[in-house]
Amino acid sequence: MPDVSDFILKLQRRRIEGSHATARQTAELLRSVVSQTRMPYTNQAASLLDAVRAVGEQLIAANPVELAVGNIVRRVLHIIREEDLSSSAVSFEGLMISEKSDDEDDADQKGGPVLSAAAVAAAARSTLRPRSLQTLLEDGPLPAAPSKSSSAGDSEGKSKSDKSAVGKRLKHSVIEAINLLIEEIDDCYEDISEQAVEHIHQNEVILTLGRSKTVKEFLYAAKQKNRSFRVFVAEGAPRYQGHVLAKELIQKGLETTVITDSAIFAMISRVNMVIVGAHAIMANGGVIAPVGMNMLALAAQRHAVPFVVVAGSHKLCPLYPHNPEVLLNELKSPSDLIDFGEFSDCMDFGAHGGAPLMHVVNPTFDYVPPNLVSLFITDTGGHNAAHMYKLIADYYSADDLVIKRKSTSSN
Amino acid sequence: MDLRRPNRPVIGPKVRQVGFVTPDSAAATSSSSIPAVSAAAATSAGSPPSSLSPVMIPPPRHPSTEMSNPHFHPVGSYNPSEQILGSPPALSPSRSSRFDADGSDFGGDDDESVALSGVGGGMTPKSSLLMRQPVTKTAPLVSETHKRDSNVSKGKGDGPSAAPKEKLTKAERRATQEAQRAAKAAAKEAAAAGGAPSVSKQPKPATKPATQQKKDVPSGSGPLQPLAPSGSIEKKQGKKEVAAPHPRMQFDDMTKVGKLKKRAVVNQSEARNRVELFRHLPQYEHGTQLPDLELKFFQLDLIHPSVYQVGLQFLSDKISGGNARCIAMLLAFKEVIQDYTTPPEKTLTRDLGAKVGSCVSFLIECRPLSVSMGNAIRFLKNRISSLPHNLSDKEAKSRLQSDIDRFINEKIIIASKAIVEHGVSKIRDGDVLLTYGSPSVVESIFAYAHGIKKNFRVVVVDSRPKHEGQGLLRRLVERGIHCTYTHLNAVSYVMHEVTRVFLGASSVLSNGTVYSRVGTACVAMVAHAFRVPVLVCCEAYKFHERVQLDSICSNELGDPDAISKVSGRKNLNYLDGWAQNENIQLLNLKYDATPSDYVSVLVTEQGMLPPTSVPVIIREYGIERLWT
Repeated sequence: MPDVSDFILKLQRRRIEGSHATARQTAELLRSVVSQTRMPYTNQAASLLDAVRAVGEQLIAANPVELAVGNIVRRVLHIIREEDLSSSAVSFEGLMISEKSDDEDDADQKGGPVLSAAAVAAAARSTLRPRSLQTLLEDGPLPAAPSKSSSAGDSEGKSKSDKSAVGKRLKHSVIEAINLLIEEIDDCYEDISEQAVEHIHQNEVILTLGRSKTVKEFLYAAKQKNRSFRVFVAEGAPRYQGHVLAKELIQKGLETTVITDSAIFAMISRVNMVIVGAHAIMANGGVIAPVGMNMLALAAQRHAVPFVVVAGSHKLCPLYPHNPEVLLNELKSPSDLIDFGEFSDCMDFGAHGGAPLMHVVNPTFDYVPPNLVSLFITDTGGHNAAHMYKLIADYYSADDLVIKRKSTSSN
Repeated sequence: MDLRRPNRPVIGPKVRQVGFVTPDSAAATSSSSIPAVSAAAATSAGSPPSSLSPVMIPPPRHPSTEMSNPHFHPVGSYNPSEQILGSPPALSPSRSSRFDADGSDFGGDDDESVALSGVGGGMTPKSSLLMRQPVTKTAPLVSETHKRDSNVSKGKGDGPSAAPKEKLTKAERRATQEAQRAAKAAAKEAAAAGGAPSVSKQPKPATKPATQQKKDVPSGSGPLQPLAPSGSIEKKQGKKEVAAPHPRMQFDDMTKVGKLKKRAVVNQSEARNRVELFRHLPQYEHGTQLPDLELKFFQLDLIHPSVYQVGLQFLSDKISGGNARCIAMLLAFKEVIQDYTTPPEKTLTRDLGAKVGSCVSFLIECRPLSVSMGNAIRFLKNRISSLPHNLSDKEAKSRLQSDIDRFINEKIIIASKAIVEHGVSKIRDGDVLLTYGSPSVVESIFAYAHGIKKNFRVVVVDSRPKHEGQGLLRRLVERGIHCTYTHLNAVSYVMHEVTRVFLGASSVLSNGTVYSRVGTACVAMVAHAFRVPVLVCCEAYKFHERVQLDSICSNELGDPDAISKVSGRKNLNYLDGWAQNENIQLLNLKYDATPSDYVSVLVTEQGMLPPTSVPVIIREYGIERLWT
């Protein structure tokens, strides 16, 4: 598929900036992948899953640091599983009705027909989630229902036409659901900024670092509600996106003060709240954020200033970080920091046995451990760092955490 | 894509030594590799193999060990005299406790004696001679103070019994109390007898009239009392000294600002779009004054050209850094003194003091003084005002000039040498050392450590807008030291591999707060979070009795335009024309205050101290204490 290779190239060359854009484009790509997949007669969901997984694997490999890609791939996989289950639940309902017509006189079966298709679908959905105390209790009445339905769907030979109808319905509903996902990604700013008035009140002093569209919208929303407050913007070297944010904020009439990153510690004692954007939120509640954020979070903790992370749900990553400073980081060109012309003599590789005396480190991301984050504001509301894993369980199915194409034998 | 960091050629697998270093190996490396220390080590060769232990633990104090240690307290005018007197510290309770706290770092153990004598050995002979001088100076004083002879003798009598504090019986305690009471009474008597006799322990008390003396004391420049065995005089003296430091000029006070403007030489136009929070600090349009001032060069007769030159250099940031600024200023003052002639009907002490004062106010207009400069000026004024009246102009001038030279030499140059030797003892093979900005002392520590073939790597952290670290990076790389360069935001990325953080300081305040280049606090904080020890290297003349809790009450504002323009990044022009929009302010802070709990140790020429010992150093070795 030309689309895919094109997108992979873009990812590899880091042409797509920002997790929002990446997430959106990934979702669109996967939608086209789903619509282009030819549906076999049997095991359609599995083939769809496989197709998405195959593409997803390549996409993730293209830019493993951009976690939004993986998130969206997993979301799509989750959508396929869900739609598959709900569609099979519909057929299961039909099955139940036929069963009911078969043995009407049986008193024990009376409980069965009462179950609506929606309830079955909900039950089926719950199986996608990891088991927890809550789901255990909910599942109590019908533990075997979904498996029974799928086995029933497979074993009982249905007519060809019926199956193709189900297949079309599945594909259609998956595409529908992906459209909803794209819409959700687009709308996340509004959903998040709606909550701004609850968090920003009159005469607050807010500090932010770098530029995040979510933060910008969040501050705009508070300003629109006629809250007057002051914003300190740390410029966020070496990209200096803070300058952009400051320019955008003053256009809306917000009182803005640009400070250097080094002045963060000096200024934070006068700040009421730190609001920052994130690159990704990990399952443990840790945050991958633009470089410098850990310093800011530590300073906020030192002065007991709330450290608030605003992020759309497409940034929720179901993975737990391991050595994120190194493994989920990206080193950029030293030219951001030093002038090559000025230091060319110091970077001579030949002089000292092949190893230059000088290294320049220019990482892109920082990892903020969960204990430094006071609050996450996502499009579903405010959350505690410790609650993140639960939120993630709503969006992803446990089977998709590792995206690897299954071997052909299981296909 | 290889996400893992490349293996560093210099530093092998990072094995952190936790806790105490085994003394033998440390001793072997340090004594063999540091040539300066080796001489000192040789002197103490008789003692069992000892080391520069990385953590100096205050050993139990015994007067005997103290006596046996000739190098004890290399700088300090009265400790030797205490030894001469043989009066144990327990006698003057307030003194001894303070003394204890600071002496903890020098404590009379063998280890520490080596460390200290190592420093002494590292000094040039001239310096050590200078340092000894106080001993000879104070020794004759013992005989002079006949008024307090009774106290002293009493002290002597109580001394041996009272020395081990824990063995103090009730009777003995009563005895000491009585002694103190008697001392108090004696002091009062003495005070009643002569104008300010209790203070008359200056080297030349006879030549100095009482009025001069009285004028001296309230200015906080009271001479040190080396002998005061009783608490009362000490207390009296203390009260005067404890007087809070003069409040600084607050630039949101309109009347005062108006007054200041009338006097000002430099026409500064107020910057626009000022940050509300920093109205109390001066902020001017940058770059406007320089041509104006250059024009005035030939019109100003009030200000000496050398001061004028230095002022312009401060203004245009040609000279920056605490030591460099201080030395430049002192050298300029030296020239002022050189060219000075006392006008008729005026006395040198007063007129020269006023002249220096006007020079200082010119310098302040160019750039607010650093604490180090403030201390140096205080020293100089003190010297001027304490000049004996019967000196000829020539004599007085030469004396002042030699005083200035001595200050630069001892307080800055030799002090930094001593710091280098202390600091180097904390560098082990395989260390990864981080520094921020371009502190001159830290640079010489690295250079010296590299010179004695220590194997280490340096991480230079830099920040906008001045990028001072690039200069340091260049100099270190030219020396052949392996360096990693990064910006401040990435400090938590590099901190994983760092084993020591060396920072410089503009000044250290008496609550242990380190006032330094903005961003230092961030580095110290991250290091603290990563459990990496933070060593702040600072000469003791930069200590100040002022206290500060945050970086806002007192600071210096730089040019806001430096923020909107990013050097080497032409396409970053989002903030061009920011001054037109009243909603935006750019804040370019120059300093910040690092809380003392982030500082593991302060490396000064007095030794390695915890930040809590700063007030001790200020009180005991304060700037005006040394040569008065």
